[in-house]
Amino acid sequence: MGGRNPVTWLGTPSFPKAAHDALGDTQLRRNLRKATTTIRGKRASAVAELADWERLRAAGAAIKDDVLANLDTYLVRLEEAVTARGGVVHWARDAEEANRIVLDLVRAEGADEVVKVKSMATAEIGLNEALEAGGVRAVETDLAELIVQLGDDRPSHILVPAIHRNRAEIRDVFRRRMAEPPASDEPGDLAEAARRHLRRKFLATKVAISGANFAVADTGSVVVVESEGNGRMCLTLPETLITVMGLEKIVPSWPDLEVFLQLLPRSSTAERMNPYTSVWSGVTPGDGPRRFHLVLLDNGRTATLADRVGRQALRCIRCSACLNVCPVYERTGGQAYGSVYPGPIGAILAPQLVDDPHDEQAASLPYASSLCGACYEVCPVRINIPEVLTHLRGKVVEAKGKRTPEAVAMAAAAWMFADARRYEVAQKAGSLSRFLARDGRISHLPWPGSKWTSSRDVPAVPKESFRAWWRRNRG
Amino acid sequence: MTGPRVALFATCITDTVYPETAKAVLRLLERLGCEVDFPLAQTCCGQMHFNTGYHDHARPLAQAYAEVFAGYDYVVAPSGSCAGMVREIHPGLAGTGPAVERTYELSEFLVDVLGVTDVGAYFPHRVTYHPTCHSLRMLGVGDRPLALLRAVRGLELVELPQAEQCCGFGGTFALKNAETSTAMLADKMRCVQDTGAQVLTAGDNSCLMHIGGGLSRLRTGVRTVHLAEVLASTEEEPWAAATR
Amino acid sequence: MDDARGEILARVRAALADRPAPAAVVRDYERSRSVPDPVGLLVERVADYKAIVHRVAEAEVPERIAERLAARGVTTMAVPADVPGPWRAPGVTWLPDEPPLALAELDGVGGVLTGCAAAIAETGTIVLDAGAAQGRRMLSLVPDYHLCVVRADQVAVSVPEALARLEPVRPLTFISGPSATSDIELDRVEGVHGPRTLEVLVSE
Ligand code: SF4
Repeated sequence: MGGRNPVTWLGTPSFPKAAHDALGDTQLRRNLRKATTTIRGKRASAVAELADWERLRAAGAAIKDDVLANLDTYLVRLEEAVTARGGVVHWARDAEEANRIVLDLVRAEGADEVVKVKSMATAEIGLNEALEAGGVRAVETDLAELIVQLGDDRPSHILVPAIHRNRAEIRDVFRRRMAEPPASDEPGDLAEAARRHLRRKFLATKVAISGANFAVADTGSVVVVESEGNGRMCLTLPETLITVMGLEKIVPSWPDLEVFLQLLPRSSTAERMNPYTSVWSGVTPGDGPRRFHLVLLDNGRTATLADRVGRQALRCIRCSACLNVCPVYERTGGQAYGSVYPGPIGAILAPQLVDDPHDEQAASLPYASSLCGACYEVCPVRINIPEVLTHLRGKVVEAKGKRTPEAVAMAAAAWMFADARRYEVAQKAGSLSRFLARDGRISHLPWPGSKWTSSRDVPAVPKESFRAWWRRNRG
Repeated sequence: MTGPRVALFATCITDTVYPETAKAVLRLLERLGCEVDFPLAQTCCGQMHFNTGYHDHARPLAQAYAEVFAGYDYVVAPSGSCAGMVREIHPGLAGTGPAVERTYELSEFLVDVLGVTDVGAYFPHRVTYHPTCHSLRMLGVGDRPLALLRAVRGLELVELPQAEQCCGFGGTFALKNAETSTAMLADKMRCVQDTGAQVLTAGDNSCLMHIGGGLSRLRTGVRTVHLAEVLASTEEEPWAAATR
Repeated sequence: MDDARGEILARVRAALADRPAPAAVVRDYERSRSVPDPVGLLVERVADYKAIVHRVAEAEVPERIAERLAARGVTTMAVPADVPGPWRAPGVTWLPDEPPLALAELDGVGGVLTGCAAAIAETGTIVLDAGAAQGRRMLSLVPDYHLCVVRADQVAVSVPEALARLEPVRPLTFISGPSATSDIELDRVEGVHGPRTLEVLVSE
């Protein structure tokens, strides 16, 4: 057990460096801008249709908080309900254990190929790679996952992992990798090509692997929300279904879904309802898979749960609204975050799942935000992402200790601000900056000020601070 | 009858770099009948420290704030992000109290407490308004600043496209992720220039320093002016373009 | 295997050592909504997804089924064995799913005809629960054309009202329009793996 948590990709540089490369890719920026601008407007109108949206958000957050506060009870309840309906429940402490459980189950079926429904949990644990190493081919069936898989690419969005690719790029990937390539780069033709490519697999494969959007503790019902019907194919046709689910995906009882089935589609694809939602409870004789395994995954979730501020990240229903509105994400794309969870939710979730304060890359993620708050405003379960970001920054600072140049500068600034007289002396010293100025503007400062002056002038500090003026005129 | 006793919390950046903004707040509030004081013991709300992760350094600053500003009817800050820091973050650092609860961002104070939208200002320029993220989302000032601007005589208000998009400042974000910040700034500047405005106004000098620094670098000729300076400007005492 | 279950539950309990007491769940959102014409709303919202939808009188259902199939030129249709007899219009080869049709057979039919368990007007959704006139899940999945009959009394206005009518332990499928994807430039296009044509008759 143990080892590195694969939720972040080995070898990814820290965020500013990765962002540098992404920012230089103009095609990427165009693709992202187009996609995020489209979806933002649509989400806003889908949400505006419901007069009780804010009340639904509050209820969604409260239900999830109840789940987290009583997670042990609900987990046991879910296990009992699934078992009573003919399913088998497995528990996995980390990625390695979950991968081993799944591989053993697939091998027990004698299968060397499995079909997969898009699932963040299995992407997080690197299941495909683990299966591959064990001699099992995993075929992604979600269109965007297929694009990423066939393009030997990495995902950049939690809902649309290939959002960084436009239609022409997708056509090129399909042309290279499909026996029957698409007729054109029209989305309809691309979808048609994917349909033909996967049809035989759906009809013949014996084992399917899925994630879960929700699981109802009382009834053992598992829910998968999707669009294309690849989910239905995987959940219905094979003989064996293996579902890997993060511990926190539970809702207590069936009526709770009335909240989430309104929040999720409108927040994610900006639809009143997504095309298909499947709900199943254990095994139903004569209908669907004959064997059902549910793998409950920890992989850093209990560590996240232990953090009073950070635990709210576990409310997340993976809608991706926070990515779509994020100004940083829009410029850098998802791969710069170096994790299957990019964007604002990634910036708070990935470092917590990694749970290693000395991991440089993970430590850079909470700083990948201007704290503009757009994410919090749209989050359907009201995760206060800016609050968690500053909280996690506090942990980073603590781990780095007091000797970094930044910590020394911050301590000096705090010492100065702690006393108004010291502050006033510093103000006067700062007015030296006027000597650096031309036309009242400063265009070049030494590091770290150079990070500012590379693109912005600095106003020269005026001769007299307000405080000095006040003392002279009103004091 | 005398007006309310208001403490001006200038904020460290305005006190040091933009004294004209603080003078404008003073003029404006006095014109509207307030009795204004500037407690000299004030320094900084601790936002930079807090947002960068130095919570232990921010805590004493929050405690000091609570002491310095306790004895006034109201505290007014010409900054959405500093007022937001005080109201939303200080309670978690140092508890709440009269100073925290009575702190207002300027446009909130004018509209909600003084109940005015027409402050008798005159500003004969073409102006566009950028709602800074913390006034918009943390404090929810909504369209109060726009209501105030609409009542200014001579002012031609033009709508800023994609106004609610962050300008990319974000405090130390502008240094730690300078390139991403600059990319955001570039888009914001394009939107500002598309309006054809002569003046960009906002309720936060920190964001204006960032956007203004970019506009100045590009020699666009668009001036950045704090909302307080627009509202303080009258026929008798017009805004002096030379101050910035 | 060592005890992952025990260890995870212990970790959860340790993580909750601060005994968080979250605020009670307030359900002040709208559980039911009244609209003047729920069927009309359903028809409008189903059509928004680019499904084909007709409002028909109950007595006309068999006739309209025949008409729609003829219009599409469909000659073989799969059906759950228990659909009302009159729905099996003449002129079409009906393949009842009893004994269960083989997958290859299903893949070759011109379409499938089913009823439903409930519908949600507000979201334009039809819900199947493998109950009367619906059959097992793969029946309405594999054929490329799905013709579905919804009775007016099955129509709920809101999502909460619909969920209250459903049995969660039955296999449920919520269908909102034909198969679609938003995976290319975040724009919806219809027609991937599920039935690419969804046609709905709402009878009243
Ligand atoms: S954090 Fe909120 S907005 Fe972001 S993906 Fe999760 S639920 Fe959606």
